[in-house]
Amino acid sequence: MKIIVPVKQVPEVAEVKVNPDTGTLIREGVPSILNPFDELAVEAAIQLKESHGGEVTIITMGPPQAKDALYKALAMGGDKAVHMTDRAFAGADTWATAYTLAKQIEKMEFDLIICGKQAIDGDTAQVGPEIAEVLGIPQICYARHIEMSEDGKSITVHRETDEGYEVVKARLPVLITATKGLNEPRLPNIMGIMKAKKKPLEEVDAESLGVPEDEIGLKGSPTQVRKVFPPQKKAGGIKIEAEDPKEVAKKLVEFLAEKGAI
Amino acid sequence: MGLIYKKDVCTGCMLCPKVCNFGAIEKDGDKVKFDLDKCVLCGSCEEVCPVDAIEIERQVIDKEHLAQYKDVWVWCETHEGRLRSVARELVTKSRELADKLNEQVVAVLLGHNVEGLAESLVHQGADKVLVVDKEILAEYTTDAYTIAMTTLIAPRKPSIVLFGATSNGRDLAPRVAARMALGLTADCTGLDIDEEGQLVQTRPAFGGNIMAEILCPYTRPQMATVRPNVFKPSELDTSRDGDIEKVDVEIRPNQVRTKVLEKVSEVVEGMKSVEEADVVVCSGRGIKDPANLELPQKLADVLDAAVGGSRPIVDLGWLPPTQQVGQSGRTICPKLYFALGISGAIQHTAGMSTSDIIVAINKDPEAPIFEIADFGIVGDIFDILPHIIEEVKRLKAER
Ligand SMILES: Cc1cc2nc3c(=O)[nH]c(=O)nc-3n(C[C@H](O)[C@H](O)[C@H](O)COP(=O)(O)OP(=O)(O)OC[C@H]3O[C@@H](n4cnc5c(N)ncnc54)[C@H](O)[C@@H]3O)c2cc1C
Ligand SMILES: Nc1ncnc2c1ncn2[C@@H]1O[C@H](COP(=O)(O)O)[C@@H](O)[C@H]1O
Repeated sequence: MKIIVPVKQVPEVAEVKVNPDTGTLIREGVPSILNPFDELAVEAAIQLKESHGGEVTIITMGPPQAKDALYKALAMGGDKAVHMTDRAFAGADTWATAYTLAKQIEKMEFDLIICGKQAIDGDTAQVGPEIAEVLGIPQICYARHIEMSEDGKSITVHRETDEGYEVVKARLPVLITATKGLNEPRLPNIMGIMKAKKKPLEEVDAESLGVPEDEIGLKGSPTQVRKVFPPQKKAGGIKIEAEDPKEVAKKLVEFLAEKGAI
Repeated sequence: MGLIYKKDVCTGCMLCPKVCNFGAIEKDGDKVKFDLDKCVLCGSCEEVCPVDAIEIERQVIDKEHLAQYKDVWVWCETHEGRLRSVARELVTKSRELADKLNEQVVAVLLGHNVEGLAESLVHQGADKVLVVDKEILAEYTTDAYTIAMTTLIAPRKPSIVLFGATSNGRDLAPRVAARMALGLTADCTGLDIDEEGQLVQTRPAFGGNIMAEILCPYTRPQMATVRPNVFKPSELDTSRDGDIEKVDVEIRPNQVRTKVLEKVSEVVEGMKSVEEADVVVCSGRGIKDPANLELPQKLADVLDAAVGGSRPIVDLGWLPPTQQVGQSGRTICPKLYFALGISGAIQHTAGMSTSDIIVAINKDPEAPIFEIADFGIVGDIFDILPHIIEEVKRLKAER
């Protein structure tokens, strides 16, 4: 079985701080990591390979340093990787990202594609379904549990919903997105890390992809970020030490009543 | 491609590195240089540059083509025969947007035996309801719903299409957008119309550390998923009149490639949804023991609130996964949020920082939750909460 896992390198969001003077993001020194939801996707792919045989290909579109995310996924147990990197890919929104990835995936063999539910920098959860649409294959989003049929021809997924989950079945090929609870991603061991750099890694640029320039990167992006700004600062929140719990409780309830919150 | 920097025009005023959110502009002698690997071409520098030394190449807007697209559409999701509250919120918000544009609000109702809900969408503010009622739509599937949406959209040319950012909304919208090669903005918390009649979509990114305003300047319809609970639904106006149009869309069974075998509800009987409640009482590891959850439950009872938990509480199985708030749980925006014994890690606050009023109780005065709390109490939950419950009860009795 051939499985493709699209992964993204993201900044460690927890460490992104905002400069209080300028209101801009401080990205200096913020470490880059493999998107946590993509770790779940990589782990799921490796587990399926271990039980059903096959090959796991990791693919990313991103700047040169995004290779580190590929190495991490290879160290976990991926077999080979594709790095789509080119200035012309820059500025892509989710549509242009999905389109670019799908145009490359189209040229590859696959039975199953596993994405993360969402990337923690943009939190859009759109690239997976959009890749599926460009490829013309069905999707099952927010997988918590995956089961491959005996004959390896269909897959049954527990798909998270607002109320719980639903059990959804589809014939391969299909794209699924991985969410929390699917598995516990393994930590790469030393052997894995050493082997990773020796595994096949193919680089793809805009020219070898062979898609017109106005369909990729910023030019191929229908959405445009007009402005970024810090979230509205909460105007001087109240903070009190609860020396007298009863008194504090009274103050809180008065405050809430005044604001019309209760 | 993309960014053009006219070095000879640049005066070296150094305004642009200050506004760059992505650390892509650096001082380079008495001018600047750009790191295009970091640049997302957001245009902040272009806007701030006093001498127009920075220009971002953009596509040409074909105004005549865009002018063919009119009206604000809302996909009105149903669940077990009733409308999800986000559908009502979005019809209300669309009314406001459509009035600014002088256009109509069109509610799209897909499902089986759902026609009866159409009238209340008119009462909510829709001028027209498009109903596709067929058995194949009884259960949500990506394929059937995508076919229905795109078949309706393509010939009728709406200028805006909104979806609630629910599990199904965020499954459906990207599929529809991609089929039509359109832009889509995820999980918006703000919507407005600008001077040029474009939809301005505001959404948080980087775990809520930054807000972004997003436009779809070149293509129509403009599409967005919108976070539930951000907009308030209007009161129903039963005197409103509107068109209800039944449309038949052909969907063949073999076009639906996934099969729902079973639906499992994890909603515990009587447990309110954190996404739909106006008030959420959320507990963290500070609650110590599952038996102690009785206390927040009591507060929730008097406030008609939902109970929620931080990730550790849910991972321990003290509350069902439907009640987890945060990045890997639910993203919510209630009018009032209680954080009880929650430290305020970014993965948690990413899911609740847009709540109207945040109340935090924590023993640790340095807990980051206090940075976003409107009313922070440094102290022990077990000492304070019983008094709060008493005070609320008293207030209610007085009213
Ligand atoms: C990829 C990823 C996704 C994640 N997603 C989520 C998510 O969706 N939701 C989420 O919540 N977390 C999420 N987390 C985990 C998150 O980073 C934190 O670990 C978690 O939010 C901490 O939960 P807590 O605040 O309940 O516990 P703690 O951080 O342990 O905080 C407990 C707090 O209670 C206070 N306290 C203790 N006793 C008392 C008392 N008697 N009275 C008053 N205060 C008391 C303490 O001072 C402390 O501040 C995620 C992490 C990762 C890596
Ligand atoms: N640049 C990228 N390269 C490869 N995969 C990506 C990229 N961006 C997003 N993805 C995949 O799409 C998923 C959803 O991302 P997003 O829509 O950005 O939230 C991620 O978890 C990845 O699996």
